[in-house]
Amino acid sequence: MASDDEDQLRIALAGNANVGKSAIFNQLTGLSQVIGNWPGKTVERAEGSLFFEGRNLEIIDLPGIYSLSTFSEEEIVSRQFIAEEKPDVVIDVLDSTVLERNLYFTIQLMELEAPLVVALNMYDQAKKRGIEIDRERLSKELGMPVVPTVAVKRVGLGDLLRSAISVGEAESSRKPKTLRYGPEVESRIEKLSSSLSDRLSDHPYPIRFVAIKLLENDEEILRMISDQDILDEASELRSELESIHGEPASTVITSERYSLANRISSNCQRFIHQPKQELSTKLESVTTHSVWGYVIMLLITLGVFLTIFTLGDWFSGILEQALDLIRPILQDILGTGPLGVIIQEGLIEGLFAGVTIALPYILPFYLILSILEDSGYLARIAFLMDSAMHRMGLHGKAFIPILLGYGCSVPAVLGSRIMETRRERLIAAFAATLVPCAARTIVILALVGKYIGPLYALSLYVIDLIIVFALGRVAYRTLPGRAIGLIMEMPAYRKPSGNVVLKQTWFRLSSFVKMAFPVIVGAGVLIKAMEVVGLLEYISTILSPVTVGLLGLPSVVGVLLVVGILRKELTILMLATLLGTTQFNAVLTPAQMYVFAYVVMLYIPCIATVAALSREFGWKDALYITVFEILFATLTGGLLYRILLFLGWS
Amino acid sequence: MNEGPEEYLEALYKLTREGKPVRTSQLANFLGVSPASATQMLQKLAERGCVEYIPYHGSTLTENGEAKGAKMTRKHRLLETFLVSLLNVRKDKAHEEACELEHHLSDEAEEALCRILKHPEYCADDNMPIPPCDSPYSSCAECMEAAEFSPQRRSKPIRPLTSLEKGESAKIAFVRAGRGALRRLCDMGLTPGSVVTMVRSAPLRGPVEVEIRGSRLAIGWGIASKVFVEAVDGG
Repeated sequence: MASDDEDQLRIALAGNANVGKSAIFNQLTGLSQVIGNWPGKTVERAEGSLFFEGRNLEIIDLPGIYSLSTFSEEEIVSRQFIAEEKPDVVIDVLDSTVLERNLYFTIQLMELEAPLVVALNMYDQAKKRGIEIDRERLSKELGMPVVPTVAVKRVGLGDLLRSAISVGEAESSRKPKTLRYGPEVESRIEKLSSSLSDRLSDHPYPIRFVAIKLLENDEEILRMISDQDILDEASELRSELESIHGEPASTVITSERYSLANRISSNCQRFIHQPKQELSTKLESVTTHSVWGYVIMLLITLGVFLTIFTLGDWFSGILEQALDLIRPILQDILGTGPLGVIIQEGLIEGLFAGVTIALPYILPFYLILSILEDSGYLARIAFLMDSAMHRMGLHGKAFIPILLGYGCSVPAVLGSRIMETRRERLIAAFAATLVPCAARTIVILALVGKYIGPLYALSLYVIDLIIVFALGRVAYRTLPGRAIGLIMEMPAYRKPSGNVVLKQTWFRLSSFVKMAFPVIVGAGVLIKAMEVVGLLEYISTILSPVTVGLLGLPSVVGVLLVVGILRKELTILMLATLLGTTQFNAVLTPAQMYVFAYVVMLYIPCIATVAALSREFGWKDALYITVFEILFATLTGGLLYRILLFLGWS
Repeated sequence: MNEGPEEYLEALYKLTREGKPVRTSQLANFLGVSPASATQMLQKLAERGCVEYIPYHGSTLTENGEAKGAKMTRKHRLLETFLVSLLNVRKDKAHEEACELEHHLSDEAEEALCRILKHPEYCADDNMPIPPCDSPYSSCAECMEAAEFSPQRRSKPIRPLTSLEKGESAKIAFVRAGRGALRRLCDMGLTPGSVVTMVRSAPLRGPVEVEIRGSRLAIGWGIASKVFVEAVDGG
């Protein structure tokens, strides 16, 4: 229908979060994935293709959602995609262990009248938990093929594709059957549908869907309908439903869907036995315990960072040695002319820097993140931190991007996606950029930790934490919109699948490289070029009112702050070069070192972070955050310098 | 509309049941008023579009007037039935009382009265048929069913979800959250009438973890305290 190419079949994967949808996607598409954003949205769009039994299949992985309302961008993106781009078939992936809630989503897909196939995923888990599902009955009740699958073990995927192809290629009756609700709701849907069918033409959404959504008071659909008579009729029918039940019409309709889902699931499943799950129950209660939960969380996060740093250091050392072997060879080839220097020290060093950072630190970071996520532990962290995060207006899930920020700001910004609304994503990402990443930690430790004392270094972290909470709160107060709070599924603990974890890590890493490398290398070339033509000294002079006047630092620091945009840890290396010594305490006063570290900690997310921000939220918001942080860091830095002098620091 | 015109409409409703127009004298007689004042009121009602007055022939009710007359009659007869069968008021007294009360009975109270009397078809006082209601329900069963879920009629104590003890189950009565949170809670399965079980709650007003429809959810304390529950039936 929608595809121009005769042999190409477009298959969309839809379903709740944590049902193994991405696992199916990864298994099917392998390395052919293209990951980007939905136009104008901060929602990831993953596409891939495969060749299966003589056909080219294009697969689109829709975001994991629980409903097709307008609660989150993901929900809007998903239903727009299904209605407007009309994939040939939609595979609805279900978690067999939670049939009822998953069927609630299936019922909504049926309202959208998409050609459907159901994948009963985690079929083995259901069996293990003593749940027997009558597939034939389910298939009959829903009027669509139902295929049991175990995505992580690649079980049932071939059958799933064959069913999808036969539904996608069927010429007739591609519409799934219409499920009827209770008479009160159904009669009103039909009334509104018949009014709509006379007046509504050329609308991407099916008429019945529009009628239901109008009754549910769906903002998005209300906006699309301009016919006042229809709107009046809808609002009258809606208030009738509301007066019967004393609940909003959307609640009434949701209850109807759930009672259908409940009826179907109880018709089709039997609980044979309740096996004891002592281990996982014990794990669940100890990891969310009001004392031990936090102790375990602390140990795990410390362990994670320790692993990343040791592994990263070791790995980056090896890479550095390898690259040292290549450097002289390149020098011979490129010569020492201005262009040679720019290429070599800008382009190639930028590339090397990316490799020695991205690979050694980001790789283990992503790997561990995938394991934590896949096992279900991240949800427990959100649970434990919800109360604390509420103090800055965000809910528990926001702790995860902030935690990631201590590793690297780029994944932290990308990780803000776990929040539901754009507003909450923006606040979480903003807060995460203020957290000292590994590179900033190097500066703090090498300067303050070494020459003033570890406690002073710690004090910077404490100050930072206060700033993160304070500014997060300010952003929460000033940005328009309202926060909803935490409503999150708590997945049962499960053993992460190595296959899935590795693939996930690979995709995350490659998307990081694609995004960050061009920016790092480009900025590196630019700064080197400025140095070669002698522009950098000017910058120091231009910036000296700020660096010397306001912050009380030596004027050479101006260059460092510019270079620091590229990579924050470069500031410390260059500081040594420019001052001609690594004995920083000989040339800088403690106050200067403290202020310098403070400013570096806050003044700007590095260029790769700005790129990540701009990809997620658009260049405007990225610019606002950047400018704000520069101003904030320099102004409070100046204040800090004066306070320190007042306190008797010299 | 004050009592006067309502009385006329009610009388006209009763007198036009045989399908014939009502003479002014007949009406005046029935209400115990002078023919002149009856004529005056009929003209007023005709202006309001409730009555069709044909000189020398009589008056009939328009569709609008018919509905209003039926409503008053219904209220009157429901009240009579209530007074006689539930309160054991003497029949002659009940008629007088009902005549007074009918003008002050709201539609909500009328509906509730009908339910509590188990939707009677005939008046307990004079065995006259009670006109059907104008509510949006398609049947009396639907109306009775709706009342079961109606927030106005609760006998069981209501408390916030956050007050449940670990392992305790309860039925969701209603949610008083904002639009977005309400939608989200419903989408996640916390619809009115569904049963939740408390799994655990985090300290310091942290979130609660509950089991609903076979799955586990974490809900922030702020939202959870806006979800109200009642005891499960028979539990």
